[in-house]
Amino acid sequence: MELSLATRTVAEHTVLEVGGEVDVYTAPRLRERLVELVDAGARNVVVDLGGVEFLDSTGLGVLVGAMKRLRVAQGRFGLVCSKEPLLKIFRITALDQVFPIYPTIEAATADSDGSGPTS
Amino acid sequence: MATVRLSFSPAPVHVRTARLVGVAVARRAGVAEELLDEVRLAIGEACTRAVALHVQYGLPDLVTVEMSDSDSYAVRVIDHAPIEASVGLAKLPPDELADESLTDDELTTGVGFALLAGFVDDLQVRPVEDGPGTEVRMVWPVQRR
Repeated sequence: MELSLATRTVAEHTVLEVGGEVDVYTAPRLRERLVELVDAGARNVVVDLGGVEFLDSTGLGVLVGAMKRLRVAQGRFGLVCSKEPLLKIFRITALDQVFPIYPTIEAATADSDGSGPTS
Repeated sequence: MATVRLSFSPAPVHVRTARLVGVAVARRAGVAEELLDEVRLAIGEACTRAVALHVQYGLPDLVTVEMSDSDSYAVRVIDHAPIEASVGLAKLPPDELADESLTDDELTTGVGFALLAGFVDDLQVRPVEDGPGTEVRMVWPVQRR
């Protein structure tokens, strides 16, 4: 399935809903959108991976890049993901220790200090 | 002997095709259904690495994926980049993943290798027999049919 990207605002957070396959071909579009959001002033960014069917190292690299960009801009970055196959990818790469990963949008947007999920 | 051989020009758009073919052949070969996500990811990572190397060195040569299913499901992804390029295939420690000095390419390479090593129990990276290049060889068990 092709990459889909949709942005909405939830409780002063910019939520980017990603769907489809994020790979070496589609990841540049995800990078471009995240750069646009930060350049436009978004400082609390949540990427919702709920609709993602495939995610590879290129996609992970884009997510790390966005987190670094937001860190420089004194912003916050989080992911929403509850799919076990994707969570396994974060564990294997140790990126689960780098990103705050929340099970739901509500949990991500309620975490006012960006300290990450409590569980 | 290869059951299926696929060659493609080193463009990112073709990596998805290689993944789809690789999983279709794996399913037909009898690889367990629960391993197919890992097969898809590993073949994608190996092909992404090969495409990146060809692009980096300006090589128009085709990337080849060979799939065979004699006793197990074996996939070889073959590139033609100079052999020293494979030195870049190194796993990154967790504390360096978000390091500011790491470029996006370095991060992606390190993460890609972590995924290959994490998802493929039987993984080998070795020089090709003729000319420059490396092959990434991955093997998965098949169920008896």
